[in-house]
Amino acid sequence: MIMAFKYQVLLCPRPKDLLLITYNHIDTIREFVKDTPVVGNKVDETHRKIIETYSSLPEGEFQLLRQTLLIFFQDMHIRVSLFLKNQLQNPNGRFSLSTSGPVPYGMDVPGLIRTFDRKGREVRRSEFPTGGSYTSPIRKGCFELHGDRVIRLGMNMYTVNHPEETHTSKAHSVKTDDTPNLLAKEELNLLARLMGSMKADDMPKTETGFQINLFPTDQEEEEEAETSSGAEEPLFGVINIQAMQDEQAATQLAQIVGQFAEGEEQPENLSSSKGDDLLAMMDDL
Amino acid sequence: MYHKEKSIQVKNSASALYNNLGVLRIAPRHLTYFTVVHANVVNMVSASWDGLNYSHRQLQSKEPNVATSTSLIMQAAFCPLPSRDLLVVTSQKGIQMYESDGSIMVYWHALDTPETPTAQAVFSRGISAVRESYICVGVSSGAILVFDVPSKGSNITLSEVLKEHKESITDMAPECSGSQECIADLVSADDGGNLCVWKSGEDFQLLNNIPGFDISCPSVKLWKGTVVAGYGTGQIRLYEAVTGILHAEINAHARWIYSLDIAPFSGLLLSAAEDSLVRVWHLTMTPETNSVEVVHLHNECVTDTQICGAKFCDGDGYAFAVTGYDLSEIIRYTQS
Repeated sequence: MIMAFKYQVLLCPRPKDLLLITYNHIDTIREFVKDTPVVGNKVDETHRKIIETYSSLPEGEFQLLRQTLLIFFQDMHIRVSLFLKNQLQNPNGRFSLSTSGPVPYGMDVPGLIRTFDRKGREVRRSEFPTGGSYTSPIRKGCFELHGDRVIRLGMNMYTVNHPEETHTSKAHSVKTDDTPNLLAKEELNLLARLMGSMKADDMPKTETGFQINLFPTDQEEEEEAETSSGAEEPLFGVINIQAMQDEQAATQLAQIVGQFAEGEEQPENLSSSKGDDLLAMMDDL
Repeated sequence: MYHKEKSIQVKNSASALYNNLGVLRIAPRHLTYFTVVHANVVNMVSASWDGLNYSHRQLQSKEPNVATSTSLIMQAAFCPLPSRDLLVVTSQKGIQMYESDGSIMVYWHALDTPETPTAQAVFSRGISAVRESYICVGVSSGAILVFDVPSKGSNITLSEVLKEHKESITDMAPECSGSQECIADLVSADDGGNLCVWKSGEDFQLLNNIPGFDISCPSVKLWKGTVVAGYGTGQIRLYEAVTGILHAEINAHARWIYSLDIAPFSGLLLSAAEDSLVRVWHLTMTPETNSVEVVHLHNECVTDTQICGAKFCDGDGYAFAVTGYDLSEIIRYTQS
């Protein structure tokens, strides 16, 4: 997901934190392959090489690196349902940047003007309104092979908790989508009709009136049994589609698919040249 | 104090580069030129003061032996000299100088690029007109190229190379108060936050070196002998140029500062950062006590935008313009 990459680079608090985001990625990869020590060693080796190459790079050069990456991402405003849902992205495709929260490590909270005399002694302090509400800096993340990275960017986006999101909306856990069951049934019928031509798509089509979440959160995945690959369920008012277990429904669906597949041959024939139809008709004569 | 005016639409969005807005006021023709860099292209807009006429032009980066260059432009800035105004464009391959309306390229200087590419990036960045006839341009190695500019024509020559900085030049600025009494003519800043103060002439003379704190200084200004420097920590520091004495320190922004500007007639200071905020300050110099006072005047928040350029449109600071990463417009504000 290129927009996820753009999001991480854009919201990176300090240019050097690009490394922390990378280490978050590597930590997760290491977790995936923890049962295979051979691969795990390769991951560690890669990590060591990155530490070796980039640790001593000055902050200014990291910023140049980040600016060059941002040129690559320029003008991309693809809306991603996960980001829209969590209000990390606006409907116009731009990411929301907060003017509140903790400042990056190593920075001071804005708001203070200090004046000095010629001998370097502070003679006056004054404050100014910042137009935001900033708090003290976050802790320093660990740049070693293992450790607490502190930054949440680069971690699994599909977990329920999003601490980097400073917006007050907690919509994703108390969503008031009061779709009555009847409507859900109609939606499923529509889904079944569309099944033949429907592509897996993670962009929300707001005009259809329901949301398809192809990537249920880990919590939801734990709660549900296996679903067949073509069936999706709405986020709330969950209807489990377990085609594996319900054989009757499965055969019914199979029949529908069969009818649909036959039905599809006709449009395909139409799209082939009219000359063939004419020939076929003439042969029948 | 300021209110938003109608924005100027630009052909492409602004890239995330330091000081990514150039402004030149052509009073006799009631026009203002704006430049915004997008990757390998400079978008120029000529805006009439009555707001009715806008004309656009695009300038491309240049590269030897290639028809269309993809080399990235690092900065574009106007260099107003007493005899003429030039537009200077710095890229990964070299330095291009145009007449101020962008119509003709009058000079091209290729950077020394190594034959085999090294891990170190090579580019030019940091542009300043100095005194009567010099244009100074910084290079990624830390060197500063001094060009001698005749009052007419394209006989621009490289007069000197100043080697003082050890890290890539980020920005440079001339003394902008117009006063002839100021000793310092030019300040240069680098990626380590080091500031060098120079006196111009046939041989440029280093007056002072103000060490940094390993924090990049992306934007710097020089006014009435005071260096105003913005840092990656969001701080702005004011130094006495010749002595290096720290006058004031402002915890101004919550993210990397990308642009500073000073309105020389009024002493207004503009600062803009990745934190979406543009701030207006007022600087007062007291020559008797050799002190500087800083007062905060105004904030503007450009929602959900990392600002990359902010400049006053006139010497009094009556209006200013702002660009942001991924935005295809120049946002303007005018005093109420």
